Amino acid sequence: MEFLDLLWKTGISTVGDVLPIILIIVGFQLFVIRKPIPHLRQVIVGFLYVLVGLVLFLIGLEKALFPLGKLMAQQLTDPVFISGGLNVVSEALQWHDYKWVYVFAFAIGFSTTIAEPSLIAVAIKAQEVSGGVISVWGLRIAVGIGVAVGIAIGTFRIVTGTPLHYYIITGYVVVVIQTLYAPRMIIALAYDSGGVTTSTVTVPLVAALGLGLASTVPGRSPLLDGFGLIAFASLFPMITVMGYAQITQWKINRLKLQQKEEQR
Amino acid sequence: MIRLSRHRYAFLYSLAGSFRDLSPIILVVSFFQLFVLQQPIPNLGEILFGTLLVALGLTLFIRGLELGLFPIGEAMAYAFAKKGSVFWLMFFAFALGFGTTVAEPALIAVANEASIVAAGGGVIENTEQAMRAYSSGLRYTVALSVGFAIVIGVFRILKGWPIQYFIIAGYIGVVIMTAFAPKEIVGIAYDSGGVTTSTITVPLVTALGVGLASSIKGRNPMIDGFGLIAFASLLPMIFVMGYGMLF
Repeated sequence: MEFLDLLWKTGISTVGDVLPIILIIVGFQLFVIRKPIPHLRQVIVGFLYVLVGLVLFLIGLEKALFPLGKLMAQQLTDPVFISGGLNVVSEALQWHDYKWVYVFAFAIGFSTTIAEPSLIAVAIKAQEVSGGVISVWGLRIAVGIGVAVGIAIGTFRIVTGTPLHYYIITGYVVVVIQTLYAPRMIIALAYDSGGVTTSTVTVPLVAALGLGLASTVPGRSPLLDGFGLIAFASLFPMITVMGYAQITQWKINRLKLQQKEEQR
Repeated sequence: MIRLSRHRYAFLYSLAGSFRDLSPIILVVSFFQLFVLQQPIPNLGEILFGTLLVALGLTLFIRGLELGLFPIGEAMAYAFAKKGSVFWLMFFAFALGFGTTVAEPALIAVANEASIVAAGGGVIENTEQAMRAYSSGLRYTVALSVGFAIVIGVFRILKGWPIQYFIIAGYIGVVIMTAFAPKEIVGIAYDSGGVTTSTITVPLVTALGVGLASSIKGRNPMIDGFGLIAFASLLPMIFVMGYGMLF
């Protein structure tokens, strides 16, 4: 019964998500483009796959990952756990007492990004368009590392209570400097990868982590400091993706240089 | 018959791929649960069943991407490029951005949270009515900004202008707005950039951009085709801070 209820609710909300898109597409096809959609049957089957796939995906997450992940985020940020269960809780904790929180933030940021469906979609497209120069896995791992570092620094910020915009503005400056030197081909994709990282899998877990931290660290308000982790997760992938391209290019250049020297 | 079994083989192969995609999460969660928190995993059966559903769902989703979302995005891009009407293309871009964002569950959640912050901080009255008005106002603000973002992004693809000038200008906008916006709204504004683009919107918008760039002469799909999502994550930050300043 409980399962059917979950199935119904998830189904309704996913249909609600897809419906505006279908309406817009159908409306423009009928009234503006006025041409039949090529391979209409295949496209309809594809939409059904997307719909059913997303519903199963979300139910599975709700059943398996989210309860456990949220519970873990709570337990790891619990002052009793952080102080090792020995010290009196009221004793002031230092930022380095939260080491497991940073490790968890890094690991969960990386692993949820690898499973993020919209990132997989963009990576498939990027591999197709670049003719394989950018590989699906190369991009996904680069973005995953970016999210991992971003969320780890984001939790550090909540623990220390430093203002969010200092970090974000510093990150922007790094992005701008990298843009000047990165291969032109990667720039748009790198900017895109900031936005795609944070959706279905990452956001709920990261939000739980931020909320858990902000409500247990003394002096933090969950309403003010709980936000901002997603911003970190969207900023750092831009840096790592451009970095990935820069390293790849540097390797290619070095190889070319070596070959030239050998020819001499 | 042969085709069917090949189909089945391909499906099993991609299902195995989905399990590989999920294995890092399984490893991380088990490691922390067993070694750091030192607790047994509760409801193991249910968790295994859930993981199976996640893998199955991911497999179907990716198959559906290639059959439905990517082709339709590209087909529409080609149709608009052939038709040559910039107005209708812009209108489509706006409708796509606005329509997919306004009903986005993640955005509704963030907007509700933001109204609680605003009421707690005394920005608006602490009544349910005022909070609901604030949160739906915020939602429409974000949806409008995503609509405009896709319009600007599509226009950039048509013109072939380099993306970095837009994004850097956007960053400067964000920094200036941060200096003037109320402190309570800054965190929400920064987050709203990330939550706007849903799992279905991203593939569709990406296919649209790449399709446009490959059907217009002189555009490179790699350099010009990507970037729509970047606009859709940047503009909401500026709009939300503007919304916070108006109240």
